[in-house]
Amino acid sequence: MNTDKTYTVKGVTGDWEIVVGLEVHAQVISNAKLFSGASAAFGAEPNANVSLVDAAMPGMLPVINGECVRQAVRTGLALGAQINKWSRFDRKNYFYADLPQGYQISQFQFPIVGEGEVVVDLGEGRTKTVGIERLHLEQDAGKSLHDQHPDATYVDLNRSGVALMEIVSKPDMRSPEEAGAYVRKLRTILRYIGSCDGNMEEGSMRADVNVSVRKSGDPLGTRCEIKNVNSMRFVMQAIEYEARRQVDIIEDGGMIKQETRLFDPNKGETRSMRSKEEAHDYRYFPDPDLLPLEFDDAFMTDAKASLPELPDAKKIRFTESLGLSGYNASVLVAEKENADYFEALLAEIVKATGKGEREVAKQAANWVISDLFGHLNKSGAAISDSPVSPAGGAELLKLITDGVISGRIAKDVFEIMYETGKSAAAIVEEKGLQQVSDTGEIEALIDQIIAGNPGQVAAYRGGKDKLFGFFVGQVMKATGGKANPQVVNKLLRKKL
Amino acid sequence: MSVDKDTVRRIAHLARVQVAEEKLDALAGEMNNILDWVEQLNELDVTDVEPMTSAVETTLHWREDKVTDGNKAEDVLANAPDAEYGFFSVPKVIE
Amino acid sequence: MTDLTRLTIAGARDGLKKGDFSARELTSAHIAELEAARALNAYIVETPDQALRMADKADQRLKEGDAPGLCGIPLAIKDLFCTEGVLSTAGSHILNGFRPRYESTVTANLWRDGAVMLGKVNMDEFAMGSSNEHSHYGPVKNPWRAKGSDQDLVPGGSSGGSAASVAAHIAMGATGTDTGGSIRQPAALTGIVGMKPTYGRCSRWGVVAFASSLDHPGPFGRTVRDTAIMLGSMAGYDAKDSTSVNRPVPDYEAGLGKGVKGMKIGVPKEYRTDGMPEEIDALWQKGIDWLRDQGAEIVVVSLPHTKYALPAYYIVAPAEASSNLARYDGVRYGLREKVDGGGLDDMYEATRAAGFGDEVKRRILIGTYVLSAGYYDAYYLKAQKVRTLIANDFHSVFKKVDALLTPTAPNAAFPLGDKLDDPLAMYFNDVFTVPANLAGVPAISVPAGLTGDGLPLGLQVIGKAFDEETVFTVGQAIEDAADFTAKPEAWWRD
Repeated sequence: MNTDKTYTVKGVTGDWEIVVGLEVHAQVISNAKLFSGASAAFGAEPNANVSLVDAAMPGMLPVINGECVRQAVRTGLALGAQINKWSRFDRKNYFYADLPQGYQISQFQFPIVGEGEVVVDLGEGRTKTVGIERLHLEQDAGKSLHDQHPDATYVDLNRSGVALMEIVSKPDMRSPEEAGAYVRKLRTILRYIGSCDGNMEEGSMRADVNVSVRKSGDPLGTRCEIKNVNSMRFVMQAIEYEARRQVDIIEDGGMIKQETRLFDPNKGETRSMRSKEEAHDYRYFPDPDLLPLEFDDAFMTDAKASLPELPDAKKIRFTESLGLSGYNASVLVAEKENADYFEALLAEIVKATGKGEREVAKQAANWVISDLFGHLNKSGAAISDSPVSPAGGAELLKLITDGVISGRIAKDVFEIMYETGKSAAAIVEEKGLQQVSDTGEIEALIDQIIAGNPGQVAAYRGGKDKLFGFFVGQVMKATGGKANPQVVNKLLRKKL
Repeated sequence: MSVDKDTVRRIAHLARVQVAEEKLDALAGEMNNILDWVEQLNELDVTDVEPMTSAVETTLHWREDKVTDGNKAEDVLANAPDAEYGFFSVPKVIE
Repeated sequence: MTDLTRLTIAGARDGLKKGDFSARELTSAHIAELEAARALNAYIVETPDQALRMADKADQRLKEGDAPGLCGIPLAIKDLFCTEGVLSTAGSHILNGFRPRYESTVTANLWRDGAVMLGKVNMDEFAMGSSNEHSHYGPVKNPWRAKGSDQDLVPGGSSGGSAASVAAHIAMGATGTDTGGSIRQPAALTGIVGMKPTYGRCSRWGVVAFASSLDHPGPFGRTVRDTAIMLGSMAGYDAKDSTSVNRPVPDYEAGLGKGVKGMKIGVPKEYRTDGMPEEIDALWQKGIDWLRDQGAEIVVVSLPHTKYALPAYYIVAPAEASSNLARYDGVRYGLREKVDGGGLDDMYEATRAAGFGDEVKRRILIGTYVLSAGYYDAYYLKAQKVRTLIANDFHSVFKKVDALLTPTAPNAAFPLGDKLDDPLAMYFNDVFTVPANLAGVPAISVPAGLTGDGLPLGLQVIGKAFDEETVFTVGQAIEDAADFTAKPEAWWRD
């Protein structure tokens, strides 16, 4: 199903369609760098995670890290993409202060992964399929610090040589929303399979955004590339700004210059990158220090076997086998840790109650999404920091199922569990929150209430049905909310 | 294919080698001599020939994903013409 | 030349083991000789203190009975090899003051086996040249002079310092690198043996790169046996070089002496070029006769694409070089030229203009051009395809013969400055050596005779990939028959 809402930029000459393609650079999760034994970890002292290879000392040579190859193949498989058992590394030649070799080792002509696709969730049940053009392995550059000295740029090579996967989409996106959703989905998949941590603040995932505009049905317009955008929100803002800018230029009779631009998050603008103004001529050629990258079917089979259930498959299972709503399933699968928590909770409930998964799934999903996520959001905590374990959650939910406490009381109990870390049963016991289902006790209370409210009783009996709620409320008040609502209802109807 | 002065200027900049304006013509001449000479390769029909990129018939050796290097900032910076606070220092770059 | 510097590596090794002299004595004798031979300009850096320390260590090992083949043997190291703590310049101003914090694999292997470093020897800048005139440290002079002449001649290149130091007996052996003939051509021009092994045999790790797919480290010696001993130490798989080949290194020295009886030796007809000097043609014929006389079968063979090797090489090598030399940018090591008020690009351009010599710049520009947009297919891709044809020529011919015999170079040593203004004439020096680099097959140059002017000439033996043993065997057969005992007069001594 494709999106039915068409996003356009309004211009004086009519509506403009935007065309967006993304090149996402995702840092591979590995201990060491792509071609050296230096650590790929973030946040070390300047030039500490640098080998002589990364600093491009004379005579130093690259040796491929097999784990990076495996991660690229796993990612390709997760994107349902063509895996190329023969690929090659090329040199991309250009000069820059943080590019020590004077070239980046990348894959130009023969990437390790070819075409694939990603189904992107646009909310309200809308989805869109975005094509993947290719995925290739390449070296990250070092880092230039321009603001430490008035006349100098400082260079730190810690990132130099860290493995990146460049994932190139087809120009399939037509709105900032689609681009944002695409990056979100890609991030979800990478995090599921553990090939990239998706941490955009630390730069382990960043996007080059290609934007052009055209009148519907026209051929593609000239595109501008916005480099290194490092959040999903900025991707969307940059596209919005850039599309507007391009429409304004064209409608003023101008031409779009194909160029590299930077997004300034403070101003919400894009601007031309001075350092990239001149025409590029990267002089790609096969890296003579390396041989072709080859692997066999067994390597691919192993890589495939190492993949967890992917988000799309999980969502289908949650809706079809567990009977969850599409919305709930989407929310639960968006982060692997959330889905894992939910599934652990489910298993605990099944173990504790002996009921089938499908019977308890809905209740568990609702509790996770509204109660647990609500609290986590409020305290800004991640699910991994949740003070309530899946087993703890299962105990609480079992108390409801068993009729020991009501759903309303359960919310109070959970609040205490979340604050104190105590178990649900202990809290219920300690505070005497057990539900009252004793018909004798409730009957006696009802008798008192009927006796004490003759006016209301008369009115109700006279046909004012709405007053039923008043009597329920009175009983609940008298029991401190602990009366079993079903029992109360039944007895009230009988007595009234 | 003949190289002119402008081409030499462009190529020299691409290679980041400063060439004095008055030397461009001479260099163009030298480059053309060499390029004219290599033109003889056009006598060969290589349409169906695979390009050779390495003289070795072996497979790529893969390293294990272990941290075996690094923590030698002093060695890395030892030969630097200009280094400060553990960084390499270059003339200011404006992005 | 003293008695000790007259020795071969094999002879010195035996003398050391017998205790006829110490490694310190052997090294001291060489230090004294090289200090008296500065007129040759063979050394960029002399390391006498380090040499003596290494010699003492070798003496210790000899005493303890732990003495590998090269224990105590003083060698010269081409300045393209990075040596820990010792200036390593590649003959270039751009590596001004560069002292690596690492040791190349090949030199580390030599030190492991007890060899002694006398110093770093001169070379054409970044190994680009065939005369050793393109060095920031000035030209090397060939120890040989024409009969009755005092004109200075080139030693060949790019490993001119290596060749001159071995020929002048100011090192017992030397390391070199051969990208298009840089070991074999200077060996031929200085009357010594130079061996380029199979690509992948000797690690390139720690060797300043010129053209990665063509660079071959290898040894110089005064005898085939000496180069076999040295290669045995230098060669071996290195996990730090992705193009290094993981296969055992045979005992090359033990394989010597088998003789060529029953071998098939190919004589490629395309190597008989127009305008080849009569003397070289005659020497080649002599070589053919020597091998036939020793029982080899001579087969005339064809390597049809030979004439395209040199032009293909002059596309591939500069292209790779233009990229390999991009790292010399004044940021992390070596020269930096500051430009007042200038930015990063100005610094790059000024540094590289000041740091590289004319030949290096010429090749960087050619290499940049042939890789640039619109020209890649016409030049680089085409040259790589031609390279396939040349490699195929060798593959098919080696189905018929065990080795090939050719001249090493199209001429003997020539006067300094003679070809400096004509790059193409200079490039033509490598016409017989370049094909083996393109194909990656092993080849040796063995001194085989003198010109009428009394200058040395070499013959080249080319073998199958990883069959260095046959190359040494055939080389030794030439060596035995040629009985090349001529030595240059020591005009260079103070």
